[in-house]
Amino acid sequence: MSAPLRVAIVGSGPAGFYAANDLLKRDPASRVELFDRLPTPGGLVRSGVSPDHAARREVIATYERLAMASHRFRFHGNIEIGRQLTHEDLLRCHHAVIYACGSAGDRRLGIPGEDLPGSHAATSFVSWYNGHPDFAAQSFDLSCERAIVIGNGNVALDVARMLLLGHDRLHPTDVADHALRAFAESRIREVVVLGRRGAAQCAFTTPELLELGHHDLDVRVEHAASAGAKPAGRDARAYAVQLKLRLLDEYAARAALPDARRLVLRFLNSPLAIVGRDRVETLRVVRNRLVSGGRGDLVAESTGEISEITAGLVLRAVGYRGLPVVGLPFDAARGIVPNVGGRIVGENRRPMRGAYVAGWLKRGPSGVIGTNKGCSQETVACLLQDFAGDRLPIPDIDDQGTQRLLTERCPDRVDYLGWKKIDRHERLGGMDQQRLRVKLVDLQRMTAVASGRF
Amino acid sequence: MSYVITGTCVNDGACVDVCPVDCIHPTPAEPGFLGADMLYIDPDVCVSCNACAEACPVGAVMDEKSLPPELLRYRDINAEFSRLRKDS
Repeated sequence: MSAPLRVAIVGSGPAGFYAANDLLKRDPASRVELFDRLPTPGGLVRSGVSPDHAARREVIATYERLAMASHRFRFHGNIEIGRQLTHEDLLRCHHAVIYACGSAGDRRLGIPGEDLPGSHAATSFVSWYNGHPDFAAQSFDLSCERAIVIGNGNVALDVARMLLLGHDRLHPTDVADHALRAFAESRIREVVVLGRRGAAQCAFTTPELLELGHHDLDVRVEHAASAGAKPAGRDARAYAVQLKLRLLDEYAARAALPDARRLVLRFLNSPLAIVGRDRVETLRVVRNRLVSGGRGDLVAESTGEISEITAGLVLRAVGYRGLPVVGLPFDAARGIVPNVGGRIVGENRRPMRGAYVAGWLKRGPSGVIGTNKGCSQETVACLLQDFAGDRLPIPDIDDQGTQRLLTERCPDRVDYLGWKKIDRHERLGGMDQQRLRVKLVDLQRMTAVASGRF
Repeated sequence: MSYVITGTCVNDGACVDVCPVDCIHPTPAEPGFLGADMLYIDPDVCVSCNACAEACPVGAVMDEKSLPPELLRYRDINAEFSRLRKDS
């Protein structure tokens, strides 16, 4: 009988945790070691999910407990694969490696003025207010009255809401301290969310749109109506579009709230240029109309009607983009690691032995948290097939040797107990201030707390 | 009397796995799953057994009696999608 399956997973966001739990469940002898670059698990559930959506953060805690209960799972935080340990190192200690490191980059607009001060990627802004250590030192000037968010997905609505909720609503959340201070001093009264297509094409989800009505915001809808928008189907996607159009109609019909902060959902507008002498002053936009894209879809086409919107802050929320991983092939056009069902393939489309991918790095940055479950399960199924068929490399370092290697190469690694110490420290810090938690945002402080020195 | 999925839903599908009467849709095996904003409970089929609420990793499922006012609309939303699905 062969030795039990040992798998390393790189990245502890939803895709990594879903893969870990599926492996532990489907192969009752398997052992899983989950690595993360940060001392804290969760990936975008910790640094992407909005602070005012705390319940969604619980998804990681749930799967963390499930994995720990197997007694065949270890978490290794504060280890960067490709730096302290290589792919080859991991394969000497495991039969296989699953890369689930997501899409850490952001897409750009490719318009003039994009690098002016005051123009940022929404992903950076989100990471900053969520206390991601790499973004804690950034600063965002919130001294203007109007901000513009370019994009029509859930990230666009998240950042718009965060800019408008105000200190009292944000204080009880786990928003990072530095961001809470900045939001308290913010002078932003209006956020314009810009979509290049119509309301029926917007990518944000119905719950996000519905929620806007519960925050005493003056929600305005502009140019939502578009001929032929009503979808005919009866599946969940068609239902969601119908519901969104109905909700937008309701917002449009509501009486204005002149004293409230204002959120404008403006459809059928594309950005042309960010204009300003030393920093963002205005955004030049063009009005679009919808035309058939030829494959049953509707695309935006410029009408040539140009206007300008005054704003001091422009956040582009037009998507994440995958970044290459050291030692793995990369499809730069799609921002993913080339794969077939999760098996990483090289240029000849032949699988790389023992190398797998799951989540956004496998299929691109789309879907909600749970979309990663099926995605990771597909990868795990391929891996288990390959293990059963003796197609995986045999590790030559045993478990004891693996732990020795980790101690040697990664003296500052944070294990599960270390993470729980950080977790407790953050929650206790929050209790004193009637906040959900006060996040640690400095790596040295995090490792000190994790090791019991603080 | 029924349970209701609210907007916190992350399409994890753990509820689908434990539902004894298969009243939650779209399931991960159904074609509409990938385009779904959330999952929905069919109030005509739900037996209020609480299994989905226990299984949900984010606490998105509630007994309709305990819905706070701002989430009441999800009762209609769950019912409306379920009707639409059965009519198709």
